[in-house]
Amino acid sequence: MTEQTTTTVEFSEMLPSVNPYVRFLKVFFGRKVVTFGFIIIVGLLFSALFAPQLAPYDPYEIDLDKTLLKPNWEHLLGTDALGRDTLSRIVYGTRTSLMVGFIAIAIASSVGMTLGLLAGYFGGLVNMVIMRLIDALMAFPIILKALIISALLGGGLKNVMIALGVGLISVYARLMCGQVLSVRENDYVMAGQVIGASNLRVMLRHVLPNCFPPLIVMLTLNMGAAILAEAGLSFLGIGIEAPGAAWGSMVADGYQYLLTHPVLSFAPGFAIMLVVLAFNLVGDGLRDALDPRLRGMI
Amino acid sequence: MGAYIIRRLIQAFFVLLIVTFLIFIAMRALPGDPILIFLGEAETESTTEEQLQELRKEFGLDKPIMVQYANWVIGVTRGDFGESISYGDDVLTMIAESLPITLHIGSLAFILSAVLGIPAGIICAIRRGGNIDASVTLTANLGICVPVFWLGILFIYFFGLKLQWLPIQGYTSPFDDFWLSFRKSIMPVFCLSVFTLASTTRQTRSSMLEVIRQDYIRTAWSKGLKEREVIARHVLKNGLIPIVTLKGFHVRLLFGGSVLVETVFNIPGMGRLAVDAIFNQDYPIVQGVALMTALIVVLANLLVDISYGWLDPRIRYQ
Repeated sequence: MTEQTTTTVEFSEMLPSVNPYVRFLKVFFGRKVVTFGFIIIVGLLFSALFAPQLAPYDPYEIDLDKTLLKPNWEHLLGTDALGRDTLSRIVYGTRTSLMVGFIAIAIASSVGMTLGLLAGYFGGLVNMVIMRLIDALMAFPIILKALIISALLGGGLKNVMIALGVGLISVYARLMCGQVLSVRENDYVMAGQVIGASNLRVMLRHVLPNCFPPLIVMLTLNMGAAILAEAGLSFLGIGIEAPGAAWGSMVADGYQYLLTHPVLSFAPGFAIMLVVLAFNLVGDGLRDALDPRLRGMI
Repeated sequence: MGAYIIRRLIQAFFVLLIVTFLIFIAMRALPGDPILIFLGEAETESTTEEQLQELRKEFGLDKPIMVQYANWVIGVTRGDFGESISYGDDVLTMIAESLPITLHIGSLAFILSAVLGIPAGIICAIRRGGNIDASVTLTANLGICVPVFWLGILFIYFFGLKLQWLPIQGYTSPFDDFWLSFRKSIMPVFCLSVFTLASTTRQTRSSMLEVIRQDYIRTAWSKGLKEREVIARHVLKNGLIPIVTLKGFHVRLLFGGSVLVETVFNIPGMGRLAVDAIFNQDYPIVQGVALMTALIVVLANLLVDISYGWLDPRIRYQ
């Protein structure tokens, strides 16, 4: 009897000591691959911010005496057909990829979440109209959607961001709508309505914050998808304009010299894969760390 | 069930109307003039305004947008998709020539991803934490990150140029020369399927793991069923719904991937047709391709939804 009481006391003392943030960090960094992905993302942000300091050469400087050099100690990844240093262009390409990814996701998530919130909260006709629109957007592969929209807006990096943003809206709208439908059933939402809070207040203060965990995971995973799609578009020749550096267009440019200078295509493509991998690993890590079923296990 | 399918088909019809209407508006809002692109710079100089008007009239571009759209929809119901502005060919014929190529490569990729991905995911789930699981999961994690166009270039370099095992470009119909067609399609099919294969493996693994810890699986084991029966009849059957949902998404993804794969391997499929048409602002082709893609995607989604009831009889359609 005495023993039992002691155990209970210890257990109940133990529970509050597990700070949710500590638990989150423990799960998150508990897996080596997630830590690996996290380090890559930090490194990428670093190289995007300090590209001028990190790149050994000017990525735009054309030097016709040094065209198509093989990798050597001066140019670690060689030079392209215009004599530009491949490594420097890859470092600058980080900026393009991350910027397009972030802004496209920002557009997609803000518009998509608003639509999903409205559709899920109000239901009925609002839901019907919004969801049929989303269905129409979803009946199309993202790359075709983005191609049409960026052709419509007239190419350029800014328009690619908008195109990808619009292309990804449906994901957020659907996820948000589903989340709202389940959160809406909670008593605290009805309580809010009963005490006379406005629809807007209930949506923003009570429903929205409770939909966040899966959305955060989706945001991270979609960074990878957006970067892949941007790479595909710039491979097809849409987006970045000369002499700007984007990994996809570097792969396309290098394709012509594949037999003699494979590194021109191989290196930027590897960079794409690494970035997407990093975002996917961190996304998976976040999902595990935010998973309520894992609570109390650590 | 019948009522459900009819209602879904009506919904699908409206979705297709919205899709085509959105694209119709979008294409007309483009800053360029397709007639000028069609004529090319040299001819534009020598063409008078009256002649331009004449051409616009010929392609029906002089009417209000709503009238143009209504005419197009009426035409489609009669099997008339209009004429390509840049080639002058019948759009339906162009789609009929390119769609089978995309479907050939795409369906092989789809089958490959299911036939390899589902068993791979099952094996990973059964041998969770083992060496096979670790290496397959790692490969699958890489597979969902790899840019398809880059993978295609890697393949072309190693298997085409260096080892000279496989032809690197073009498309041959299996009805013309089966063996050559087979050899030509290996690399495109594999590239196209990589993402779907990897995500099928990941999804299968995680939904198997989800089901394996259920009580009824423990019951199945404890009543002495063989491993094969437990996996096939109890685990797989109950874990199949998320996998089928994913395979539904894959239909759309494969159309997107074929745009890139067809560019890399120089395959004259519908993806390539779409890209060229978008660059040339060839409205009728973009419209036609959009309609075909959306139609197939919407039908695939409908099939997925219908299959839920078959996979899990508890699901009822209203």
